[in-house]
Amino acid sequence: MTPAPRPTVAPVVAGPAVAVRAPAGPEPSDAAFVLAGVTKVHGRGRDAVVALEGIDLTAGRGALVCVVGASGCGKTTLLHLLAGLDHPTRGRVATSSRAALMFQEAALFPWLTVARNVELALRLRGVVRRERRERARALLRMVHLEGFAAKRPHELSGGMRQRAALARALAQDADLLLMDEPFGALDAMTRDLLHDELESLWRDRALTVVFVTHNVREAARLADRVVVLSSRPGRVVADLPVTIERPRRIESPEVGELAAEVTDLLRAEVRRHAHD
Amino acid sequence: MPTTDAERLGEELAGLDALELAPPTGSGAARRLWSAAWPKATAAALAVALWQAVVWSGWKPEYVLPGPAAVAGELARLAADGTLLQATSITLRRAAVGFALAVVIGVAVGCVVARVRLARAAVGSLVTGVLTMPSIAWFPLAILLFELSEQAILFVVVLGAAPAIANGLISGADHVAPLLVRAGRVLGARGWAAYRHVVLPASTPALLGGLKQGWAFAWRSLMAGELLVVIAGQPSIGFLLQVNRELADAPGLLATMTVILGIGIVVDTLFATAERRVRRRHGLVAPDLT
Repeated sequence: MTPAPRPTVAPVVAGPAVAVRAPAGPEPSDAAFVLAGVTKVHGRGRDAVVALEGIDLTAGRGALVCVVGASGCGKTTLLHLLAGLDHPTRGRVATSSRAALMFQEAALFPWLTVARNVELALRLRGVVRRERRERARALLRMVHLEGFAAKRPHELSGGMRQRAALARALAQDADLLLMDEPFGALDAMTRDLLHDELESLWRDRALTVVFVTHNVREAARLADRVVVLSSRPGRVVADLPVTIERPRRIESPEVGELAAEVTDLLRAEVRRHAHD
Repeated sequence: MPTTDAERLGEELAGLDALELAPPTGSGAARRLWSAAWPKATAAALAVALWQAVVWSGWKPEYVLPGPAAVAGELARLAADGTLLQATSITLRRAAVGFALAVVIGVAVGCVVARVRLARAAVGSLVTGVLTMPSIAWFPLAILLFELSEQAILFVVVLGAAPAIANGLISGADHVAPLLVRAGRVLGARGWAAYRHVVLPASTPALLGGLKQGWAFAWRSLMAGELLVVIAGQPSIGFLLQVNRELADAPGLLATMTVILGIGIVVDTLFATAERRVRRRHGLVAPDLT
């Protein structure tokens, strides 16, 4: 199988969930991750909660997948499975490279400066000391924080902290970037700029991004594929390719149209639970 | 004018950053020092004035309760003839050795108890139990074990301070934000690396609080020890107290007590400053509250 060329501007049009492959053998080189028949149950006995059920999901390298869903759709569980922080109850999870995970809170270490936070990520993956400083500086320049390297996280604004967290995630040199509502706590102006920032990093660094959000406009603005999850249990109810041309604006009518479509799906899903 | 999209984005982000960060405010170092010092100086002056008023009231004769001036004179005499310097250096050496031992033992015990669940179940409550035990109650045992020696004093000093230090570390490790531990795991910090890079640094403010409390316990135990365990040829501060009492030398007694109080305050201030600085570095206090 020949590796698919990385999309630059035109989005990848994803097919439906891919069939389960034989568990033995390496993954095809163009798949960034594969979830095959994944079910995850939290707790046991009467307290057991089915967070995810029968998820089949795969994405090619360089995809920007946004996962949307109402509360309780197991979005966070999905990311934890992909990050290797948790294991599926049934089914198979495979990722082609190491994953970096970003949270809604920046989760920077408050006792370290911004630069040291990034350097710690480098250190933990075994980058030698004399290289760390230079690489941390380059990463901070990439997220436009080069002037704040010596600041501590609490001295920064929320948006700056998320950019620092982004630099720290990129320091892991992972091709797969998992983001758990990373811009949820930011004001609209900041979020808008960070969308531009994320998009350019995704394009320049050939990243595969899985971006979980409950903001459907955000999903329509960023994704080349929107995956809609149902709630309790979380199942894939829709997998929509996004063909809106980039650069996009969150205010554009095409983005609004897609957002409306996704919102309708989510509302139908929420209605289903009205009589739970 | 920015030409490319990337330049424009960089400029917009820089503009937003500048708007979101409050302009720096701050006062000079001298001013800060003054605002920290004057309440303390005023309180000390009031205490001395109160003391003088009690002396003037004639509640006790002056040979039992001398006034501040007489005590200050005695303090100057003791300082001039070298007695005070010798006694202070002996006592501070013991304090330093005892405290250092307590730090090593307390941190080691704290690490193990915080990390190993079995150790927590076994000795967790014992640590708190030893902490509440009055140090003077250890002395009979210490004297039986080590006779009237410096080891007996150090034994009690360590037992006084180490549990407080261990406790500080344990509670610090217990209160590390789970999100930070998870963030560390995502970055590849598991097992000992998670401990070294996340849990221990996150516990530093609590550990410093434990060190401060441990010092207070160590200092009290040391004074009790020096009163009870008198070693020939080692005229410590506790020894001076004892001699002054036997000779009914009230000015000497009060002068010695002033030194004990003074050392206690100075060291406590050092710990408090370090603690405040660390808490501020960790973003645990609003800058304008410190």
